[in-house]
Amino acid sequence: MTAVEARGVALAPEATDDDVRAIPLRRPWRWISAAVVLLLAAGFAYSVLTNPNIDFAAIGQFLVDPRIIDGVWLTLLITLVAMVVSTVLAVVIAAMRLSSNPVLSSVAWFYVWAFRGTPLLVQIVLWGYLGLLYEKLSIGIPFTDIVFWQADTNLLITAMVAGILALTLNQAAYSSEIVRAGMISVDEGQREAAYSLGMSPLYTFRRVLLPQAMRVIIPPMGNETISMLKNTSLLSVIAVLEIYTQATVISSQNLKQVELLIVASIWYLLMTSILSVPQYYLERRFGRGSSRNLPPTPFQRLRQAFASRRPGPAPAPETKAVSAV
Amino acid sequence: MSTITTTRTAQDAAVDARPLVEIRRVRKSFGAHQVLRDVSLAVPEGTVTVLLGPSGSGKSTLLRCINHLESIDGGRIIVDGELIGYRQAGHDIHEMTPKQIARQRREIGMVFQRFNLFPHMTALENIVEAPVGIAGMPRAKARAKATELLDRVGLADFAGHYPAQLSGGQQQRVAIARALAMGPKLMLFDEPTSALDPELVGDVLDVMRELANDGMTMIVVTHEIGFARGVADQVVFMDGGVVVEAGRPEDVIDRPQRQRTRDFLESVR
Repeated sequence: MTAVEARGVALAPEATDDDVRAIPLRRPWRWISAAVVLLLAAGFAYSVLTNPNIDFAAIGQFLVDPRIIDGVWLTLLITLVAMVVSTVLAVVIAAMRLSSNPVLSSVAWFYVWAFRGTPLLVQIVLWGYLGLLYEKLSIGIPFTDIVFWQADTNLLITAMVAGILALTLNQAAYSSEIVRAGMISVDEGQREAAYSLGMSPLYTFRRVLLPQAMRVIIPPMGNETISMLKNTSLLSVIAVLEIYTQATVISSQNLKQVELLIVASIWYLLMTSILSVPQYYLERRFGRGSSRNLPPTPFQRLRQAFASRRPGPAPAPETKAVSAV
Repeated sequence: MSTITTTRTAQDAAVDARPLVEIRRVRKSFGAHQVLRDVSLAVPEGTVTVLLGPSGSGKSTLLRCINHLESIDGGRIIVDGELIGYRQAGHDIHEMTPKQIARQRREIGMVFQRFNLFPHMTALENIVEAPVGIAGMPRAKARAKATELLDRVGLADFAGHYPAQLSGGQQQRVAIARALAMGPKLMLFDEPTSALDPELVGDVLDVMRELANDGMTMIVVTHEIGFARGVADQVVFMDGGVVVEAGRPEDVIDRPQRQRTRDFLESVR
């Protein structure tokens, strides 16, 4: 501080005419546009809140209805199972696609082409009708009589299983492309360095390539997880009792369609919001080494905010003026 | 022709040391392009061999064949009495499985032009990874050894830094420490200073010089003529996939016999 003052004094005699204030441009349109948008938003909120056709008490009541809660759990369960299984499948498909074996890479390409090229809704209904295609399902060696295990299709493939199957197989096609992009993003020199240290191909994949690919894979997989959670609502066409189906079942009885859609929407928003938390921490974990300094976690940010608000004199900011004098 | 020249120099240098690396009539093509044509070379234990030559001369490829990062089309590479990447069966040699090759590579350290440190691991973790994960060394022991190696390359204070937080010269010295952590009997350097800012080259060369003084067997691809003159026991000049000239540095660098060698040395100077 003293150094700055000393410098000001030293320069003062010849600098009087140059001692002017710089005034930033005034931007009135910022205020006007903000006011217009706020007014429109307030108008919309008012029209909804005062709408006599919406039964707010019913929304509050059905938000915690046991059937809705059951639907929420089922939605989460389906999302979890479909995401985990599809990710494992996706790694296999991506590995096949990257393989130098032309048969494996063609089959992987065909899989992605077929499952990405047809609507999810169609796939769900198709899996629901599996019993029409095959009366019995068995595991054995094709074109021989060797069968290890067999079951009746309609007993095995319930609506729930068909739904999970459809979501999983469809998701695997998308996820495999994400995994493949992640693997391609890792520099070839990494593999060479790992090999030169005596690492086996599998060890190299697990400890060197995959952790680096994860940095590219995690953000889009977060998106996919949120899409998956919402896409579970499509299972209503084969009567899986997830939250949207539950909501429509209830509203078909009490005719409060809008209220129950709002209830379902609130739950969807809540679940997708919670899902973005683990994504943030996963990104942070796999971002190690990619940037020079990791961004603070929300908790660290909170702590910093409180620390800076603590009473007492703030330390004077560093100034380079000292060395300039 | 080239074979005769090398055999003579190898024997010259190997008066009291057996060859640790023997390269015999190695051939290698990428598609129709023949990169190595009958290359033969002997590197005695405890000596430094510098490979010189214009880009595309096959010197980097030869280096990468020695730890089987590249397969060969014919000939033999023998390190410490062991055929690298292949096993002999009758007249032919058959490529090994990746697992067997990985075991052989533990004995051969390699340093790359672009460092190739693992960016998601700190300097210390980079060094510790292979000894712990591959060689089964206890973690505490591996960490102690890694700290010692970091100290040796002058980076004792940087154990917790990620590669992105280090300069090129520092990264390359960590890479050298990482390769040394497996206790190799041979070190390969593939243009270790080519990607560095000029003022950072010296630190890396110093570390390599010390390593040579400690008796490490080294094969170095480089354009640093000063390093070759000061440190190498043997200088090998390659061009067009053959060894043009090989011998003591004072002979090859100061009194080159071949016109191609003279032209090349003229161009780097």
